[in-house]
Amino acid sequence: MTAFIKDTLIGFWSLLAGLGVTIRYFVKPIVTVQYPREKLTMSPRYRGHTEFIIDPETGSHLCNACENCARTCPSNVISVTGVKVAGTKKKRAVTYVLDYSLCSLCGLCVEVCPTKALKFSDEYRLAGFSRQDMIIDVIARLQAQQRALGLPEEVPPVPEAEEAKTEETKGGEGES
Amino acid sequence: MQFLLAEGARIGISLIGVIGLVSINALFLIWMERKVSAHIQLRPGPMEVGFHGALQTIADALKLIGKELITPEDADKLIYLLAPIVMFLPVLVSFIVIPFSPTLLIRDLNVGILLIFAFSTMAVLAILMAGWSSNNKYSLLGAIRSVAQTIAYEIPLLITAMSVIIMVGSLKLTDIVAYQATVWNVLFQPLAFILFIICGTAETNRAPFDIPEAESELVAGFHTEYSGMRFAIFFLAEYTNMFIVSAVATVLFLGGWRGPILPPLVWFLLKVYAIIFLMMWFRWTFPRLRFDQLITLGWKILIPLSLANLILTALAIKIF
Ligand code: SF4
Ligand code: SF4
Repeated sequence: MTAFIKDTLIGFWSLLAGLGVTIRYFVKPIVTVQYPREKLTMSPRYRGHTEFIIDPETGSHLCNACENCARTCPSNVISVTGVKVAGTKKKRAVTYVLDYSLCSLCGLCVEVCPTKALKFSDEYRLAGFSRQDMIIDVIARLQAQQRALGLPEEVPPVPEAEEAKTEETKGGEGES
Repeated sequence: MQFLLAEGARIGISLIGVIGLVSINALFLIWMERKVSAHIQLRPGPMEVGFHGALQTIADALKLIGKELITPEDADKLIYLLAPIVMFLPVLVSFIVIPFSPTLLIRDLNVGILLIFAFSTMAVLAILMAGWSSNNKYSLLGAIRSVAQTIAYEIPLLITAMSVIIMVGSLKLTDIVAYQATVWNVLFQPLAFILFIICGTAETNRAPFDIPEAESELVAGFHTEYSGMRFAIFFLAEYTNMFIVSAVATVLFLGGWRGPILPPLVWFLLKVYAIIFLMMWFRWTFPRLRFDQLITLGWKILIPLSLANLILTALAIKIF
Protein backbone atom coordinates (compact mmCIF):
# COMPACT_ATOMS: atom_id res chain seq x y z
CA MET A 1 0.00 0.00 0.00
CA THR A 2 2.74 2.48 0.94
CA ALA A 3 4.68 1.39 -2.14
CA PHE A 4 1.61 2.09 -4.26
CA ILE A 5 1.11 5.54 -2.79
CA LYS A 6 4.80 6.29 -3.21
CA ASP A 7 4.67 5.16 -6.84
CA THR A 8 1.65 7.33 -7.50
CA LEU A 9 3.23 10.40 -5.96
CA ILE A 10 6.53 9.87 -7.77
CA GLY A 11 4.64 9.32 -11.02
CA PHE A 12 2.63 12.48 -10.51
CA TRP A 13 5.79 14.43 -9.77
CA SER A 14 7.44 13.13 -12.93
CA LEU A 15 4.43 14.30 -14.93
CA LEU A 16 4.83 17.78 -13.47
CA ALA A 17 8.55 17.70 -14.27
CA GLY A 18 7.68 16.82 -17.88
CA LEU A 19 5.26 19.73 -18.07
CA GLY A 20 8.01 21.97 -16.73
CA VAL A 21 10.34 20.93 -19.53
CA THR A 22 7.82 21.61 -22.28
CA ILE A 23 6.76 24.99 -20.93
CA ARG A 24 10.39 26.07 -20.81
CA TYR A 25 10.70 25.14 -24.45
CA PHE A 26 7.41 26.88 -25.19
CA VAL A 27 8.88 30.26 -24.24
CA LYS A 28 12.29 29.69 -25.85
CA PRO A 29 12.98 31.46 -29.14
CA ILE A 30 12.28 29.35 -32.20
CA VAL A 31 15.20 27.85 -34.10
CA THR A 32 13.80 27.10 -37.55
CA VAL A 33 13.57 29.61 -40.40
CA GLN A 34 10.92 30.15 -43.07
CA TYR A 35 13.12 28.56 -45.68
CA PRO A 36 12.72 30.11 -49.09
CA ARG A 37 12.37 33.56 -47.54
CA GLU A 38 14.96 33.30 -44.80
CA LYS A 39 18.40 31.72 -44.88
CA LEU A 40 20.41 30.08 -42.18
CA THR A 41 23.73 31.65 -41.21
CA MET A 42 26.32 28.97 -41.70
CA SER A 43 29.16 28.45 -39.27
CA PRO A 44 32.48 30.07 -40.32
CA ARG A 45 34.04 26.68 -41.05
CA TYR A 46 31.28 25.66 -43.45
CA ARG A 47 32.53 24.69 -46.91
CA GLY A 48 30.39 25.59 -49.87
CA HIS A 49 31.92 25.86 -53.32
CA THR A 50 34.94 28.16 -53.59
CA GLU A 51 34.57 31.82 -54.44
CA PHE A 52 36.73 34.91 -54.64
CA ILE A 53 37.59 36.95 -51.58
CA ILE A 54 36.70 40.60 -52.06
CA ASP A 55 39.84 42.57 -51.31
CA PRO A 56 38.95 45.51 -49.05
CA GLU A 57 41.50 47.77 -50.77
CA THR A 58 40.54 47.32 -54.40
CA GLY A 59 36.99 46.09 -53.87
CA SER A 60 37.66 43.29 -56.29
CA HIS A 61 39.31 39.87 -56.45
CA LEU A 62 43.03 39.12 -56.22
CA CYS A 63 43.33 36.36 -58.79
CA ASN A 64 46.19 36.82 -61.23
CA ALA A 65 45.26 33.76 -63.29
CA CYS A 66 48.40 31.86 -62.34
CA GLU A 67 46.44 28.62 -62.65
CA ASN A 68 48.09 27.09 -59.62
CA CYS A 69 44.69 26.14 -58.31
CA ALA A 70 43.62 24.57 -61.59
CA ARG A 71 46.78 22.46 -61.70
CA THR A 72 46.58 21.44 -58.06
CA CYS A 73 42.96 20.45 -58.08
CA PRO A 74 42.81 16.65 -57.89
CA SER A 75 39.48 16.52 -59.69
CA ASN A 76 40.05 19.02 -62.50
CA VAL A 77 37.25 21.22 -61.30
CA ILE A 78 38.68 24.60 -62.15
CA SER A 79 39.21 26.24 -65.50
CA VAL A 80 40.70 29.69 -65.40
CA THR A 81 41.84 31.98 -68.17
CA GLY A 82 43.47 35.36 -67.87
CA VAL A 83 45.14 38.10 -69.84
CA LYS A 84 47.87 40.60 -69.17
CA VAL A 85 46.45 43.92 -68.17
CA ALA A 86 47.72 46.68 -70.41
CA GLY A 87 50.33 48.91 -68.74
CA THR A 88 51.20 46.45 -65.96
CA LYS A 89 53.10 43.24 -65.86
CA LYS A 90 50.33 41.47 -64.03
CA LYS A 91 47.78 39.11 -65.45
CA ARG A 92 44.18 39.11 -64.39
CA ALA A 93 41.45 36.45 -64.58
CA VAL A 94 38.95 36.74 -67.41
CA THR A 95 36.96 33.61 -66.67
CA TYR A 96 36.99 31.41 -63.62
CA VAL A 97 34.56 28.51 -63.84
CA LEU A 98 34.00 25.61 -61.45
CA ASP A 99 32.36 22.31 -62.20
CA TYR A 100 30.99 21.86 -58.72
CA SER A 101 29.67 18.36 -59.41
CA LEU A 102 33.30 17.15 -59.36
CA CYS A 103 34.56 19.15 -56.41
CA SER A 104 35.45 17.20 -53.28
CA LEU A 105 35.81 20.36 -51.18
CA CYS A 106 39.34 19.28 -50.28
CA GLY A 107 40.53 22.86 -50.04
CA LEU A 108 43.81 22.39 -51.93
CA CYS A 109 42.97 25.25 -54.27
CA VAL A 110 42.42 27.60 -51.35
CA GLU A 111 45.69 26.57 -49.77
CA VAL A 112 47.81 26.76 -52.88
CA CYS A 113 46.72 30.14 -54.16
CA PRO A 114 49.73 32.50 -53.95
CA THR A 115 47.62 35.64 -53.65
CA LYS A 116 45.10 34.14 -51.22
CA ALA A 117 42.31 34.94 -53.64
CA LEU A 118 40.00 32.04 -52.79
CA LYS A 119 37.75 31.10 -49.91
CA PHE A 120 34.85 28.75 -49.32
CA SER A 121 31.46 30.40 -49.72
CA ASP A 122 28.62 29.90 -47.23
CA GLU A 123 26.26 28.88 -50.00
CA TYR A 124 24.31 25.76 -49.04
CA ARG A 125 21.50 25.85 -51.56
CA LEU A 126 23.45 23.88 -54.12
CA ALA A 127 20.87 21.47 -55.51
CA GLY A 128 20.19 21.62 -59.22
CA PHE A 129 18.12 19.96 -61.90
CA SER A 130 20.92 19.10 -64.30
CA ARG A 131 24.68 18.84 -64.44
CA GLN A 132 24.68 22.22 -66.16
CA ASP A 133 23.37 23.76 -62.93
CA MET A 134 26.55 22.61 -61.19
CA ILE A 135 28.77 24.79 -63.37
CA ILE A 136 29.50 27.88 -61.31
CA ASP A 137 30.84 31.08 -62.84
CA VAL A 138 32.86 32.51 -59.98
CA ILE A 139 33.40 35.88 -61.63
CA ALA A 140 29.68 36.37 -62.22
CA ARG A 141 29.12 35.47 -58.57
CA LEU A 142 31.71 38.06 -57.54
CA GLN A 143 29.96 40.68 -59.65
CA ALA A 144 26.65 39.88 -57.98
CA GLN A 145 28.26 40.22 -54.55
CA GLN A 146 29.80 43.54 -55.54
CA ARG A 147 26.41 44.79 -56.70
CA ALA A 148 24.93 43.75 -53.39
CA LEU A 149 27.67 45.60 -51.49
CA GLY A 150 27.38 48.69 -53.67
CA LEU A 151 30.95 48.34 -54.95
CA PRO A 152 31.94 49.05 -58.55
CA GLU A 153 31.48 45.89 -60.53
CA GLU A 154 34.47 43.85 -61.63
CA VAL A 155 35.10 44.29 -65.35
CA PRO A 156 37.22 41.39 -66.60
CA PRO A 157 39.96 42.66 -68.91
CA VAL A 158 39.12 41.93 -72.52
CA PRO A 159 41.66 39.87 -74.38
CA GLU A 160 43.24 42.35 -76.76
CA ALA A 161 43.63 42.17 -80.50
CA GLU A 162 47.13 40.77 -80.09
CA GLU A 163 45.76 37.39 -79.24
CA ALA A 164 48.85 35.66 -80.40
CA LYS A 165 50.85 37.48 -77.74
CA THR A 166 48.45 36.40 -75.00
CA GLU A 167 48.65 32.81 -76.11
CA GLU A 168 52.39 33.05 -76.03
CA THR A 169 52.56 34.46 -72.53
CA LYS A 170 50.20 31.83 -71.34
CA GLY A 171 52.25 29.08 -72.78
CA GLY A 172 55.37 30.59 -71.26
CA GLU A 173 53.80 30.73 -67.81
CA GLY A 174 52.71 27.14 -68.11
CA GLU A 175 56.27 26.01 -68.60
CA SER A 176 57.90 28.05 -65.89
CA MET B 1 -49.15 31.78 -29.99
CA GLN B 2 -47.10 34.57 -28.49
CA PHE B 3 -45.19 31.98 -26.51
CA LEU B 4 -44.53 29.83 -29.57
CA LEU B 5 -43.23 32.79 -31.57
CA ALA B 6 -40.96 33.90 -28.79
CA GLU B 7 -39.66 30.41 -28.27
CA GLY B 8 -39.15 29.94 -32.00
CA ALA B 9 -37.13 33.12 -32.24
CA ARG B 10 -35.16 32.11 -29.17
CA ILE B 11 -34.35 28.70 -30.63
CA GLY B 12 -33.39 30.18 -33.99
CA ILE B 13 -31.11 32.84 -32.57
CA SER B 14 -29.50 30.40 -30.12
CA LEU B 15 -28.87 27.86 -32.82
CA ILE B 16 -27.22 30.41 -35.09
CA GLY B 17 -25.18 31.74 -32.19
CA VAL B 18 -24.07 28.29 -31.08
CA ILE B 19 -23.15 27.13 -34.56
CA GLY B 20 -21.21 30.37 -35.09
CA LEU B 21 -19.41 29.90 -31.80
CA VAL B 22 -18.66 26.25 -32.55
CA SER B 23 -17.14 27.05 -35.93
CA ILE B 24 -15.10 30.03 -34.78
CA ASN B 25 -13.96 28.13 -31.70
CA ALA B 26 -12.82 25.16 -33.79
CA LEU B 27 -11.03 27.38 -36.31
CA PHE B 28 -9.27 29.18 -33.50
CA LEU B 29 -8.43 26.06 -31.51
CA ILE B 30 -6.92 24.20 -34.46
CA TRP B 31 -4.73 27.21 -35.17
CA MET B 32 -3.88 27.50 -31.47
CA GLU B 33 -3.04 23.82 -31.23
CA ARG B 34 -0.68 24.08 -34.15
CA LYS B 35 0.97 27.17 -32.68
CA VAL B 36 1.31 25.61 -29.21
CA SER B 37 2.78 22.39 -30.58
CA ALA B 38 5.10 24.36 -32.84
CA HIS B 39 6.46 26.56 -30.08
CA ILE B 40 7.00 23.60 -27.76
CA GLN B 41 9.06 22.08 -30.57
CA LEU B 42 10.89 25.38 -31.22
CA ARG B 43 9.18 25.90 -34.60
CA PRO B 44 7.14 28.92 -35.68
CA GLY B 45 4.14 26.85 -36.86
CA PRO B 46 1.85 28.03 -39.66
CA MET B 47 3.08 31.42 -40.88
CA GLU B 48 2.03 31.68 -44.52
CA VAL B 49 -1.73 32.21 -44.80
CA GLY B 50 -2.70 35.46 -43.13
CA PHE B 51 -1.00 37.11 -40.16
CA HIS B 52 1.06 34.39 -38.45
CA GLY B 53 -0.99 31.77 -40.28
CA ALA B 54 -4.27 32.94 -38.73
CA LEU B 55 -6.23 32.01 -41.85
CA GLN B 56 -4.56 28.62 -42.25
CA THR B 57 -7.49 26.69 -40.76
CA ILE B 58 -9.94 28.41 -43.10
CA ALA B 59 -7.82 27.34 -46.04
CA ASP B 60 -7.74 23.79 -44.67
CA ALA B 61 -11.49 23.80 -44.15
CA LEU B 62 -12.05 24.93 -47.75
CA LYS B 63 -9.82 22.11 -48.90
CA LEU B 64 -11.78 19.60 -46.82
CA ILE B 65 -15.09 20.79 -48.28
CA GLY B 66 -13.75 20.10 -51.74
CA LYS B 67 -12.76 16.52 -50.91
CA GLU B 68 -14.66 13.50 -52.11
CA LEU B 69 -16.90 11.80 -49.56
CA ILE B 70 -15.89 8.16 -49.59
CA THR B 71 -18.15 5.40 -48.30
CA PRO B 72 -16.46 2.01 -48.06
CA GLU B 73 -18.15 -0.62 -50.18
CA ASP B 74 -19.18 -3.01 -47.42
CA ALA B 75 -19.94 -0.32 -44.89
CA ASP B 76 -23.18 -0.34 -42.98
CA LYS B 77 -24.33 2.73 -44.90
CA LEU B 78 -27.02 4.14 -42.61
CA ILE B 79 -24.96 3.87 -39.43
CA TYR B 80 -21.90 5.09 -41.29
CA LEU B 81 -23.72 8.26 -42.31
CA LEU B 82 -25.36 8.78 -38.94
CA ALA B 83 -22.19 8.49 -36.85
CA PRO B 84 -20.85 12.02 -37.48
CA ILE B 85 -24.28 13.47 -36.74
CA VAL B 86 -24.59 11.49 -33.51
CA MET B 87 -21.14 12.76 -32.62
CA PHE B 88 -22.02 16.38 -33.28
CA LEU B 89 -25.59 16.79 -31.98
CA PRO B 90 -24.91 16.14 -28.28
CA VAL B 91 -22.10 18.66 -28.52
CA LEU B 92 -24.64 21.26 -29.67
CA VAL B 93 -27.09 20.29 -26.96
CA SER B 94 -24.55 20.92 -24.23
CA PHE B 95 -24.40 24.59 -25.18
CA ILE B 96 -28.00 25.03 -24.01
CA VAL B 97 -26.98 25.19 -20.36
CA ILE B 98 -23.48 26.68 -20.41
CA PRO B 99 -23.61 30.10 -18.69
CA PHE B 100 -21.29 32.41 -20.60
CA SER B 101 -22.25 35.39 -18.47
CA PRO B 102 -25.14 36.27 -16.12
CA THR B 103 -27.29 37.19 -19.11
CA LEU B 104 -25.82 35.18 -21.97
CA LEU B 105 -27.36 31.80 -21.35
CA ILE B 106 -29.84 29.89 -23.46
CA ARG B 107 -31.76 27.97 -20.79
CA ASP B 108 -31.03 27.76 -17.10
CA LEU B 109 -32.13 24.17 -16.52
CA ASN B 110 -32.35 22.64 -13.06
CA VAL B 111 -30.44 19.59 -14.27
CA GLY B 112 -27.82 21.56 -16.19
CA ILE B 113 -24.73 19.61 -15.30
CA LEU B 114 -26.55 16.30 -15.61
CA LEU B 115 -27.65 17.22 -19.13
CA ILE B 116 -24.09 17.91 -20.21
CA PHE B 117 -22.74 14.67 -18.77
CA ALA B 118 -25.63 12.62 -20.16
CA PHE B 119 -25.18 13.94 -23.67
CA SER B 120 -21.40 13.93 -23.72
CA THR B 121 -21.50 10.17 -23.10
CA MET B 122 -23.23 9.82 -26.47
CA ALA B 123 -19.90 10.59 -28.11
CA VAL B 124 -18.84 7.05 -27.22
CA LEU B 125 -21.90 5.71 -29.01
CA ALA B 126 -20.96 7.74 -32.08
CA ILE B 127 -17.43 6.39 -31.97
CA LEU B 128 -18.72 2.84 -31.71
CA MET B 129 -21.10 3.45 -34.62
CA ALA B 130 -18.36 4.92 -36.76
CA GLY B 131 -15.90 2.16 -35.98
CA TRP B 132 -18.38 -0.65 -36.37
CA SER B 133 -19.98 0.51 -39.61
CA SER B 134 -16.72 1.35 -41.41
CA ASN B 135 -15.99 -2.33 -41.90
CA ASN B 136 -12.33 -1.73 -41.26
CA LYS B 137 -10.30 -3.53 -38.66
CA TYR B 138 -8.50 -0.44 -37.44
CA SER B 139 -11.74 1.48 -37.06
CA LEU B 140 -13.26 -1.38 -35.13
CA LEU B 141 -10.25 -1.69 -32.84
CA GLY B 142 -10.40 2.04 -32.16
CA ALA B 143 -14.09 1.84 -31.38
CA ILE B 144 -13.63 -1.11 -29.03
CA ARG B 145 -10.87 0.68 -27.19
CA SER B 146 -13.01 3.76 -26.85
CA VAL B 147 -15.90 1.83 -25.31
CA ALA B 148 -13.59 -0.08 -23.01
CA GLN B 149 -11.92 3.01 -21.66
CA THR B 150 -15.16 4.91 -21.09
CA ILE B 151 -15.84 3.44 -17.65
CA ALA B 152 -12.28 4.06 -16.56
CA TYR B 153 -12.65 7.83 -16.85
CA GLU B 154 -16.38 8.58 -16.82
CA ILE B 155 -16.94 7.26 -13.31
CA PRO B 156 -14.22 9.37 -11.68
CA LEU B 157 -15.35 12.33 -13.79
CA LEU B 158 -18.88 12.07 -12.44
CA ILE B 159 -17.74 11.41 -8.88
CA THR B 160 -15.48 14.46 -8.82
CA ALA B 161 -18.26 16.60 -10.24
CA MET B 162 -20.43 15.10 -7.50
CA SER B 163 -18.13 16.42 -4.75
CA VAL B 164 -18.70 19.93 -6.01
CA ILE B 165 -22.40 19.36 -6.41
CA ILE B 166 -22.93 18.18 -2.85
CA MET B 167 -21.04 21.23 -1.66
CA VAL B 168 -23.29 23.53 -3.65
CA GLY B 169 -26.44 21.49 -3.28
CA SER B 170 -27.68 22.13 -6.80
CA LEU B 171 -27.25 20.80 -10.33
CA LYS B 172 -28.01 24.20 -11.81
CA LEU B 173 -24.90 25.74 -13.36
CA THR B 174 -25.88 29.30 -12.36
CA ASP B 175 -26.26 28.17 -8.73
CA ILE B 176 -22.80 26.65 -8.85
CA VAL B 177 -21.37 29.93 -10.14
CA ALA B 178 -23.34 31.91 -7.53
CA TYR B 179 -21.89 29.71 -4.79
CA GLN B 180 -18.38 30.82 -5.75
CA ALA B 181 -19.06 34.51 -5.21
CA THR B 182 -16.13 34.95 -2.83
CA VAL B 183 -13.91 31.87 -3.10
CA TRP B 184 -13.47 29.63 -6.10
CA ASN B 185 -14.20 25.96 -5.54
CA VAL B 186 -10.74 25.02 -6.69
CA LEU B 187 -9.45 26.19 -3.29
CA PHE B 188 -11.78 23.82 -1.44
CA GLN B 189 -11.36 21.00 -3.91
CA PRO B 190 -7.84 21.05 -5.39
CA LEU B 191 -7.71 17.27 -5.71
CA ALA B 192 -11.09 17.18 -7.42
CA PHE B 193 -9.90 19.85 -9.86
CA ILE B 194 -6.82 17.82 -10.82
CA LEU B 195 -8.88 14.65 -11.20
CA PHE B 196 -11.48 16.49 -13.25
CA ILE B 197 -8.86 17.88 -15.64
CA ILE B 198 -7.32 14.42 -16.08
CA CYS B 199 -10.68 12.75 -16.71
CA GLY B 200 -11.77 15.67 -18.89
CA THR B 201 -8.73 15.17 -21.10
CA ALA B 202 -9.70 11.51 -21.40
CA GLU B 203 -13.30 12.49 -22.10
CA THR B 204 -12.21 14.50 -25.13
CA ASN B 205 -10.13 11.55 -26.39
CA ARG B 206 -6.99 13.63 -26.54
CA ALA B 207 -3.40 12.62 -25.98
CA PRO B 208 -2.24 11.04 -23.70
CA PHE B 209 -5.65 9.32 -23.74
CA ASP B 210 -6.10 9.21 -27.52
CA ILE B 211 -6.07 5.43 -27.53
CA PRO B 212 -9.14 5.19 -29.83
CA GLU B 213 -7.38 7.28 -32.46
CA ALA B 214 -3.75 6.35 -31.86
CA GLU B 215 -2.50 7.38 -35.28
CA SER B 216 0.78 5.54 -34.84
CA GLU B 217 -1.00 2.23 -34.20
CA LEU B 218 -4.45 2.42 -35.80
CA VAL B 219 -4.01 4.78 -38.79
CA ALA B 220 -6.68 7.16 -37.46
CA GLY B 221 -8.71 4.81 -35.27
CA PHE B 222 -12.46 5.04 -35.55
CA HIS B 223 -12.51 7.73 -38.25
CA THR B 224 -10.01 6.04 -40.57
CA GLU B 225 -12.57 5.68 -43.37
CA TYR B 226 -14.10 9.12 -43.10
CA SER B 227 -13.08 11.83 -45.53
CA GLY B 228 -14.03 15.35 -46.47
CA MET B 229 -16.70 17.09 -44.44
CA ARG B 230 -17.64 13.94 -42.53
CA PHE B 231 -14.15 13.81 -41.16
CA ALA B 232 -14.30 17.56 -40.55
CA ILE B 233 -17.39 17.07 -38.40
CA PHE B 234 -15.56 14.58 -36.18
CA PHE B 235 -12.74 17.07 -35.94
CA LEU B 236 -15.14 19.89 -35.13
CA ALA B 237 -16.80 17.75 -32.47
CA GLU B 238 -13.46 16.97 -30.86
CA TYR B 239 -12.51 20.61 -30.52
CA THR B 240 -15.98 21.63 -29.39
CA ASN B 241 -15.85 18.86 -26.81
CA MET B 242 -12.67 20.43 -25.49
CA PHE B 243 -14.51 23.70 -25.16
CA ILE B 244 -17.40 22.09 -23.29
CA VAL B 245 -15.23 20.14 -20.88
CA SER B 246 -13.22 23.28 -20.15
CA ALA B 247 -16.39 25.31 -19.74
CA VAL B 248 -17.74 22.77 -17.24
CA ALA B 249 -14.43 22.79 -15.37
CA THR B 250 -14.57 26.59 -15.32
CA VAL B 251 -18.09 26.57 -13.92
CA LEU B 252 -17.43 23.86 -11.34
CA PHE B 253 -14.04 24.98 -10.08
CA LEU B 254 -12.97 28.39 -11.36
CA GLY B 255 -15.99 30.52 -10.53
CA GLY B 256 -17.50 30.65 -14.03
CA TRP B 257 -17.82 34.20 -15.30
CA ARG B 258 -16.73 35.82 -12.03
CA GLY B 259 -13.71 38.07 -12.02
CA PRO B 260 -12.77 41.71 -11.41
CA ILE B 261 -12.74 44.61 -13.88
CA LEU B 262 -13.20 42.74 -17.18
CA PRO B 263 -16.73 41.91 -18.38
CA PRO B 264 -18.05 38.46 -17.34
CA LEU B 265 -17.96 37.01 -20.86
CA VAL B 266 -14.28 37.87 -21.23
CA TRP B 267 -13.49 36.27 -17.87
CA PHE B 268 -15.38 33.14 -18.81
CA LEU B 269 -13.62 32.75 -22.16
CA LEU B 270 -10.24 33.53 -20.58
CA LYS B 271 -10.65 30.74 -18.05
CA VAL B 272 -11.95 28.30 -20.65
CA TYR B 273 -9.07 28.93 -23.01
CA ALA B 274 -6.58 28.72 -20.16
CA ILE B 275 -7.82 25.19 -19.42
CA ILE B 276 -7.75 24.35 -23.12
CA PHE B 277 -4.16 25.54 -23.23
CA LEU B 278 -3.44 23.20 -20.31
CA MET B 279 -4.90 20.29 -22.30
CA MET B 280 -2.82 21.17 -25.36
CA TRP B 281 0.21 21.42 -23.13
CA PHE B 282 -0.57 17.88 -21.87
CA ARG B 283 -0.88 16.61 -25.40
CA TRP B 284 2.53 17.86 -26.47
CA THR B 285 4.21 16.68 -23.29
CA PHE B 286 2.97 13.18 -22.53
CA PRO B 287 3.25 10.10 -24.71
CA ARG B 288 0.13 8.00 -25.28
CA LEU B 289 -0.73 5.54 -22.53
CA ARG B 290 -0.84 1.85 -23.21
CA PHE B 291 -4.28 0.39 -22.76
CA ASP B 292 -3.57 -1.49 -19.53
CA GLN B 293 -1.87 1.63 -18.14
CA LEU B 294 -5.01 3.62 -18.78
CA ILE B 295 -7.20 1.02 -17.07
CA THR B 296 -4.78 0.87 -14.13
CA LEU B 297 -4.79 4.65 -13.89
CA GLY B 298 -8.56 4.75 -14.05
CA TRP B 299 -9.43 1.97 -11.64
CA LYS B 300 -6.53 2.01 -9.21
CA ILE B 301 -5.86 5.74 -8.92
CA LEU B 302 -8.62 7.95 -10.28
CA ILE B 303 -11.65 6.09 -8.91
CA PRO B 304 -10.29 5.50 -5.36
CA LEU B 305 -9.04 9.08 -5.14
CA SER B 306 -12.29 10.56 -6.37
CA LEU B 307 -14.27 8.35 -3.96
CA ALA B 308 -12.03 9.38 -1.07
CA ASN B 309 -12.49 12.99 -2.07
CA LEU B 310 -16.26 12.58 -2.18
CA ILE B 311 -16.35 10.99 1.28
CA LEU B 312 -14.11 13.68 2.73
CA THR B 313 -16.28 16.39 1.22
CA ALA B 314 -19.42 14.78 2.60
CA LEU B 315 -17.83 14.52 6.07
CA ALA B 316 -16.65 18.12 5.94
CA ILE B 317 -20.11 19.33 4.98
CA LYS B 318 -21.66 17.32 7.80
CA ILE B 319 -19.22 18.67 10.38
CA PHE B 320 -19.10 22.38 9.43
S1 SF4 C 1 38.27 22.17 -53.14
FE1 SF4 C 1 39.62 20.60 -53.97
S2 SF4 C 1 38.35 19.57 -55.50
FE2 SF4 C 1 37.31 21.48 -55.03
S3 SF4 C 1 38.05 22.92 -56.55
FE3 SF4 C 1 39.41 23.14 -54.78
S4 SF4 C 1 41.09 21.72 -55.18
FE4 SF4 C 1 39.44 21.17 -56.58
S1 SF4 D 1 45.80 29.99 -57.58
FE1 SF4 D 1 44.78 31.86 -56.93
S2 SF4 D 1 45.66 33.45 -58.20
FE2 SF4 D 1 46.17 31.52 -59.17
S3 SF4 D 1 44.51 31.19 -60.64
FE3 SF4 D 1 43.90 30.15 -58.77
S4 SF4 D 1 42.74 31.65 -57.69
FE4 SF4 D 1 43.82 32.78 -59.25
